[in-house]
Amino acid sequence: MMTMTRIPTVLSNYQEDDSAEPRACGRNCLGKCCLPVSKLPLYSFKGDANPRNSSAGTDEPPPDFFLNNLLLGQWEDRMSRGLFRYDVTACETNVIPGGCGFIAQLNEGRRLKKRPTEFRIDRVLQPFDPAKFNFTKVGQEEVLFCFGAGKDRKARFLESATVGEENSSNVVAINVSPIEYGHVLLIPRVSDCLPQQIDPNSFLLALRMAVEAGSPYFRLGYNSLGAFATINHLHFQAYFLSMPFPVERASTQRIPVAKGLCQSGVNISRLLNYPVRGLVYEGGNSLRDLSDVVSKSCMCLQDNNIPFNVLISDSGWRIFLFPQCYAEKQALGEVSQELLDTQVNPAVWEISGHMVLKRKKDFEEATEQYALRLLAEVSLSKARFEEVKAYIFDAIELAESVKEKMEPKKKKETLFQSSALATHHHLVEGCLVLQ
Amino acid sequence: MLAVLTAPAIGRRADSTSLSPLTSLTELMDPSLRLPVEQSLAARYSEWVAEALDEIQGCFLITDPGIAGHPIVFASRGFLAMSGYSLEEVLGRNGRIFQGAATDRRSVMEIREAIREERTLQISLLNYRKDGTPHWILFHLFPVFGVEDGRVAHFVAVQVPIPRRSRCLRSSAENRHEGGTGRFLVACRNEFRSDYKLGCNPVVELFVDVDNRGKLCLLFLAIFGSSCFLFLESINNKFVSWQCYQNYGSSSTLFHLLLVGLEAEESRHATEQEKEKACDAANSILSTLAHYSKLTGRVISDKRRSEAGISAINSSLVISLGRIKQSFVLTDIQLPQMPIVYASDEFLNLTGAQLSLSIRTPASFLCTISSNLILALPACVLLNSPHLSYSRHEVLGRECWFLNGPDTDADVLHQIRQSIQAEHSCTVRLLNYRKDRSSFWNLFHISPVRNASGKIAFYVSVQMDENAKSNEHGLSPHMRQLGVVGAVKVAVRSLSMCAGPSRR
Repeated sequence: MMTMTRIPTVLSNYQEDDSAEPRACGRNCLGKCCLPVSKLPLYSFKGDANPRNSSAGTDEPPPDFFLNNLLLGQWEDRMSRGLFRYDVTACETNVIPGGCGFIAQLNEGRRLKKRPTEFRIDRVLQPFDPAKFNFTKVGQEEVLFCFGAGKDRKARFLESATVGEENSSNVVAINVSPIEYGHVLLIPRVSDCLPQQIDPNSFLLALRMAVEAGSPYFRLGYNSLGAFATINHLHFQAYFLSMPFPVERASTQRIPVAKGLCQSGVNISRLLNYPVRGLVYEGGNSLRDLSDVVSKSCMCLQDNNIPFNVLISDSGWRIFLFPQCYAEKQALGEVSQELLDTQVNPAVWEISGHMVLKRKKDFEEATEQYALRLLAEVSLSKARFEEVKAYIFDAIELAESVKEKMEPKKKKETLFQSSALATHHHLVEGCLVLQ
Repeated sequence: MLAVLTAPAIGRRADSTSLSPLTSLTELMDPSLRLPVEQSLAARYSEWVAEALDEIQGCFLITDPGIAGHPIVFASRGFLAMSGYSLEEVLGRNGRIFQGAATDRRSVMEIREAIREERTLQISLLNYRKDGTPHWILFHLFPVFGVEDGRVAHFVAVQVPIPRRSRCLRSSAENRHEGGTGRFLVACRNEFRSDYKLGCNPVVELFVDVDNRGKLCLLFLAIFGSSCFLFLESINNKFVSWQCYQNYGSSSTLFHLLLVGLEAEESRHATEQEKEKACDAANSILSTLAHYSKLTGRVISDKRRSEAGISAINSSLVISLGRIKQSFVLTDIQLPQMPIVYASDEFLNLTGAQLSLSIRTPASFLCTISSNLILALPACVLLNSPHLSYSRHEVLGRECWFLNGPDTDADVLHQIRQSIQAEHSCTVRLLNYRKDRSSFWNLFHISPVRNASGKIAFYVSVQMDENAKSNEHGLSPHMRQLGVVGAVKVAVRSLSMCAGPSRR
């Protein structure tokens, strides 16, 4: 059983504040006091098992309705109402030169308040604490719509529906400190106050949202506690960026499964030639199959106190799982001051290759080397990753085939020359050579 | 009686509607696209190019990124033969209809990115024919640039089949006896299953074809025993099981076939010969197109001229904007007269003539045509709809106020101008005029749009006829307008990202 070494609770300086000041109740919040009697827009998706295969019926909203009209339109509305801290489209962004395609953004408005973190960062599972900031304290104007499974076979949108007690209290809210246009938070069962932990139903909901959006550029992400989640109230993030992330371009190698079972139809691969080691889940006979395999893997990591991040990409067809160890290294003082000065906490977006930089100097001098160095610190070592992978496979009842018959894909002939992280966690100079 | 069943080819939902190869047949081309699609090649390469292209051997498609949905505008005979589709089934559709469940997602992404970056790509790809059977091809994509404006005029996709070179399971007899390459296990189970009844036939033989990732394509030629119910379960990477239900009078027996340990075919590589074949075909097509483009004067080349074409609107932005199915225009505010640089099809329809027929050519003279007379127009003026709306070429480059007219409220116009000055969005209601001078109340919303540098590059204005249907799918007109703004903002921001710090 692997556990993280106990360290004193670190007062994290780098905490984002996802909302305005907490409100006293009676002001239309999302708690049990206000929500059940409120009316909010509601998008209910088709209750079918395999939404990836289906197409819109004639009297249903068209395929781009969810993303373009609803989500982005509502987001634009909140922008015009001044609900965001700053205009994210005024933040300069570009692609860092080099073969990987890291995306950098200069976002000075996201300057973090120096406020002590409200929970310890050495435990992945921590109980929900209503005294601390959570999403029930958010005002309803920050909610774009509720999102849930409909009872019938048609997707439907209602501009105003009573929230009630059922599952329609999954809300999609704006992130007032966005890192891209359309940055939202998906909060499953907001008034039930779930802690930041993956469970099968919530993960399926997140996956469902990716499918409904129907665009490979609309991705969802999840950070566990200890992997730079900042609020211990279950939420996924999502935003739209019309470019491939470096991690999506990385080559993968299928992990062959021993002869026998793979009922779910899910393929698991490992990432190759990418600074952070991770697993890629694809396929699945149904969306639920894919979702369950991933959520079981996440729960295994949670139970073993291994922090991790998850990226849902390609409209729900590819899911990346990254176990990480940066917070521990940071707490143990093993990360170079230079990296720390850039104040970038490698959460899911950074790991995927989208770097939000807070100082102009960092943005102008951003190089691929910097990104690779930062991410190399995040990754588990080869040995530890194999260990963790074995735990996961055990939990999802798969046995890796001993005979490695598959040749790694030689498509792009990328050579990753960084050595495995040394046991003393020295800063590793990695370099990526692309042909 | 023979039953021929294939495993349902599972379609996927890409960034817009994408149906499985089998079901996609039910959806034909969007009628409003018919004319642009049919005219796409002729407008640039003259009427004779189609014949010349027909003479080129090989399988290839030509697509037009300037038309909404980036549709196919030409398919070679070889392609239609290889894929099993007819020309009508393919014209006007997007190339992703040939992809399916087992098509590698990363490859799909690479194609998407090559289109976006307007460059050549050669990649092995698993495609699906009309009958749902998958097959490997070497996919060679290249752009063709207009020399004058530097924009991509068309994309050409050459396909060279990559034949199977690995083993596949053929004889079921062989398999039933666990011989050869087959690793079948046949087990009997007494189980009653009454769901999933399919049409049954006296005799069926199982023919198994393995494609990428072990997804199986089953062709039943004969069945064994008497009436039999068949259904498929758990088709996945490594094994498949069929529940083959046989009814022997009153009792029932279930044959459970297990195919264990199949080697999944993840990729297939093309030989040098096949790659050369692709390049040769590409060159023939390119030189044909180049030759015929000289006839219309709209010359093309395989290279973009360096100075031209770093225009405000590159083809990937055009493709993205083309997905937004509402009336809007983009104006470039960096030029003094604030010209329109993009207009959606719906804008052209909204502002189109309702009654009289009048055409304005670029030389700006009016002429009336009756239904019997057809006036030959220069190739650059395309008629978009039977109602004779503005053509795209009539709108692009015009200053954005051209919809206004004598009774348009000057105060409202002032309000709009002020908002632009203040870099704010605004929503107004103003009287606008169509091409035939009829007026309508326009619910007008305008908003600044920034590009990746963070500076304002365009203004997007969204038009809505007040009399048009109000609440579509529960969304108010204003919300729908905001949806357009959001989609445009995202497209412009993402697609203007380039390497290195911004220079502006």
